[in-house]
Amino acid sequence: MEPIVITSENFENEVLKSQEPILIDFWASWCGPCKMLSPLVDKIAEEGVIKVGKINVDDEMELAGEYGVASIPTLLIFKNGEVAAQSIGFKPMPALKAWVASVK
Amino acid sequence: MADIIIVGAGTAGLTAAIYAVRGGKSALVLEAVTYGGQIVNTPEIENYPGLYKVSGFDYATKLYEQAVDLGADIRFETVKRIEKDENGFKVTTDQDVHEGKAVILATGAKNRPLGVAREQELVGRGISYCATCDGMFYRGKVTAVAGGGNTAIEDAQYLADLCDKVYLIHRRDSFRADVKEVEKLKAKGNVEFVLNANVTELVGEPKLSAVRVEDKFTKEVREIPVDGLFVAIGQMPANEAFTNVALVDEKGYIVSGENCLTNTPGVFTAGDCRTKEVRQLTTAASDGAVAALAALKFIG
Repeated sequence: MEPIVITSENFENEVLKSQEPILIDFWASWCGPCKMLSPLVDKIAEEGVIKVGKINVDDEMELAGEYGVASIPTLLIFKNGEVAAQSIGFKPMPALKAWVASVK
Repeated sequence: MADIIIVGAGTAGLTAAIYAVRGGKSALVLEAVTYGGQIVNTPEIENYPGLYKVSGFDYATKLYEQAVDLGADIRFETVKRIEKDENGFKVTTDQDVHEGKAVILATGAKNRPLGVAREQELVGRGISYCATCDGMFYRGKVTAVAGGGNTAIEDAQYLADLCDKVYLIHRRDSFRADVKEVEKLKAKGNVEFVLNANVTELVGEPKLSAVRVEDKFTKEVREIPVDGLFVAIGQMPANEAFTNVALVDEKGYIVSGENCLTNTPGVFTAGDCRTKEVRQLTTAASDGAVAALAALKFIG
């Protein structure tokens, strides 16, 4: 599955009302570690490990603020509309998958 | 068996790999996290000769692709230990054991933590080591910078333009940073200098809400409400696992000169992880070349 671009418009429907757990990647185009992490998150989405959404913090400062994002990349996993886990900074693939599995 | 095993895929390690494979030898690069090293955090590099204005990510990715394209074998494994044996060196990682005729340690450096309780737990919840990366999340808020070098002063300048107020907390009353830059910072209306002071406590749950600082002389403790604390007190190396093959100084840097040799024949070192005056992208690349050429000569 392709990652979904999340904005304030579709946040409620795609994230808060999601029937399944969703991993949200907060990123920005000027953030090097975000660009390192991004292909790994894409791969997880592609492999169907978990539903994935991406939030560009430059466009969605309010969403970032609302969820206390103060450093990127930040990954949040939402379950039933609530934040179930948070991961800050780059993680190599094995660690990333282990983290998702432990939460999901 | 690899000819040359390189520990670290930052600028020094990847440059060493390029020189090793172009010298006709095989190069195995072992990297614990991801390629590129510290430069990945730099939004724009403006001082690398011939590459005017390139992002740290683009630079690192090009360097990685160049090394792979030329034939370097880059694997993501954490090196646990290195032992010298009759054939060369045995390098044990979290996943495998590799043999090499020579080793280049290019382990880099990382941001030095303050060493205050709960610091790790508050990273991304008020604690940051990179003002240009995380500063924008503190727009209109109150922040503090800990440190007195050029990075700390530059961070405080950058934050002063974004934040309502910035405290500069420094353990002395003199600065390693350039006088001109300190003066520029002093001229900003929203910066308060807290000097001869150490951060002793981080307050706030689940995120940082204040720091407690202690005056070095009076021992008076003051609580400063802040949303963010940017730590800029320099770098530290990570060579603990390799001291059996490479002598380190009291700060943990591998003792070496510009020839990139260590005290063990066949073990070389490159980049920020070794004792040196200047730690720049260009000097890391330079070290990579010097170390690889020395290793090629050693193998013969």
